[in-house]
Amino acid sequence: MFSLKRQTPGEVAFGILNGLLMLIICFLTLYPIWYVLVNAFNDGADAMRGGIYWIPREFSLENFRAVFRSEGIMTAMGVTVAKTLVGVPVHVLFTAMVAYAVSRRELIGRNLYMIIGTITMFFGGGLIPYYLLIRDLGLLDNFLVYIIPAAFSFFDLIIFLSFFREIPAGLEEAARIDGANDLTIFTRVIIPVSMPVVATIALFHGVYQWNDYFTGMIYINNTDLQPIQTFLYRVVAQSSSNQMLGAMPSGVTQTVTSQSLKLATMVVTTAPIVCVYPFLQKYFVKGFMVGSLKG
Amino acid sequence: MEPGAQAGIEAASPKAGSERWKKWLRRIYSQRYLQVMALLGVAWMVVFNYIPMYGIIIAFKEYDIIFPMSMAPWVGLDNFREFLSDDMLLTVIKNTLGISLIKLIIGFPLPILFALLLNEVRSVMFKRWTQTITYLPHFLSWVILGGILATWLSDVGIINKILLSLNVIDAPITYLAEPKYFWSIIIVSDIWKELGWSAIIYLAAISSVSPELYEAATIDGAGRLQKMRNITLPSIMGTITILFILAVGNVLNSNFDQILVLRNQLNAEASTVIDYYVYQTGLIDNRFSYSTAVNLIKSVIALFLLLMANFVTKKLNNNSLF
Repeated sequence: MFSLKRQTPGEVAFGILNGLLMLIICFLTLYPIWYVLVNAFNDGADAMRGGIYWIPREFSLENFRAVFRSEGIMTAMGVTVAKTLVGVPVHVLFTAMVAYAVSRRELIGRNLYMIIGTITMFFGGGLIPYYLLIRDLGLLDNFLVYIIPAAFSFFDLIIFLSFFREIPAGLEEAARIDGANDLTIFTRVIIPVSMPVVATIALFHGVYQWNDYFTGMIYINNTDLQPIQTFLYRVVAQSSSNQMLGAMPSGVTQTVTSQSLKLATMVVTTAPIVCVYPFLQKYFVKGFMVGSLKG
Repeated sequence: MEPGAQAGIEAASPKAGSERWKKWLRRIYSQRYLQVMALLGVAWMVVFNYIPMYGIIIAFKEYDIIFPMSMAPWVGLDNFREFLSDDMLLTVIKNTLGISLIKLIIGFPLPILFALLLNEVRSVMFKRWTQTITYLPHFLSWVILGGILATWLSDVGIINKILLSLNVIDAPITYLAEPKYFWSIIIVSDIWKELGWSAIIYLAAISSVSPELYEAATIDGAGRLQKMRNITLPSIMGTITILFILAVGNVLNSNFDQILVLRNQLNAEASTVIDYYVYQTGLIDNRFSYSTAVNLIKSVIALFLLLMANFVTKKLNNNSLF
């Protein structure tokens, strides 16, 4: 990088130790996940004996086959996929739309709208008043409880806002001369040039939708509407293997245990997100920078 | 523009006033799309943020689910008084502040240190991979991590196997069932999950430091550590300050997702934090008014702490949120 031709022995030693430290951190990060992975790919009954640390002892796909054959798990998985696929576009478009409106200087009432939003970042009603609101809106045991209350976030609005401010005004002017109204400018001009920030917020909200178990736990009683994370919470935290056994499809081989089924479900649940985020890394690092330095 | 003169003219001729009114209406009309877009957002906030804020009044009532909110009798500060004489008060304060302060003391500086050290790695490839790998745990949900921890920390889990084989312990310990291990589990697992992710913002701040500063320092004969201490660290001080203010404003917020997953009856004594107590009294015991009162005390103190931290850092190094 810079002119660093000469390094003192001390600096060389520092470089090596530092590299080693980074390797250790990477190992400590990955190993717990690896451990789950090898145990999920191992024969369930055999895994009960323990001692599987590096590679599966008796490689088996039975656990995963059981996951995909279990009706309970698949229903919950479907709810998670549905709420993510619907929730992300709604959240991103709605929040971006409001952000675009308040990003325009000529908007009458702009300062008032910003104050109304800023207050919500530092003060709120709390769990019970919010619960009562959800109840009164008829959102209990309703799929829309995953979508509407999550459709907007003022924090994300600020990230959008700082991105929109950087867009050259000329782009909008050209569209306006062509007779486009503000909504058309937003959908046809602003959104297409804002893909980095759209990808960032989509990832953040996608992770939220995918990983949230609390909403499903307190607002949903109907098990057909519970997402996979809520299902897993009931299995993991309440350590009731009953629900896991209940989810066991009939006719699976005896070697699948409730523990191995749980591990395989965890792997299946996590895999999609882990496969997506490295590709969005360059966007969210940038989005993070813009959002938090100005926020 | 002189507002005084303007007002004078308006008072003198009502015609000019209605003219202005018309002009204003025309402006609103010309930005009708923008107004609708913005007001939809405001309407959402009124419903999902401000109605619950109004709902706080039940903290001053004895609200029963059977009757509507407006029919509930006023009880003044009774709910607040009850919390101050509640047996759980001390436990809740001890756990909330204990966990948060340790997180602040250990968990806050670690990502800064990690970012500084990662920045010293020469190989771009190695750096990129380390970043990608350390971001990974952030994307796991607490439910999944709870599952991993339960597997690792169980009496037949890997931690017990290692400690038994090293003769550190004589008999397996069920860590999640013993209050004395709970705080350590919370803090270590939190660091494991968020170390890399929390470092992103510092890495971003470091990358915007001008390379000329480093070149000049190299010519002056500064070593790597000197540059780290005298250039990199001061350059990211503003970012550190702002995140510190926010962290102080957050000390009463426990990571509820995390607590809920790892908490159980056996470790309750060390794991009942304010947020959990609000949840338990409210949604499990159905004491709506009491729970809301507890949460209001928390919100008010948290807001006060945030403003204090903002004030102090403004005085100290001129960095602040507002």
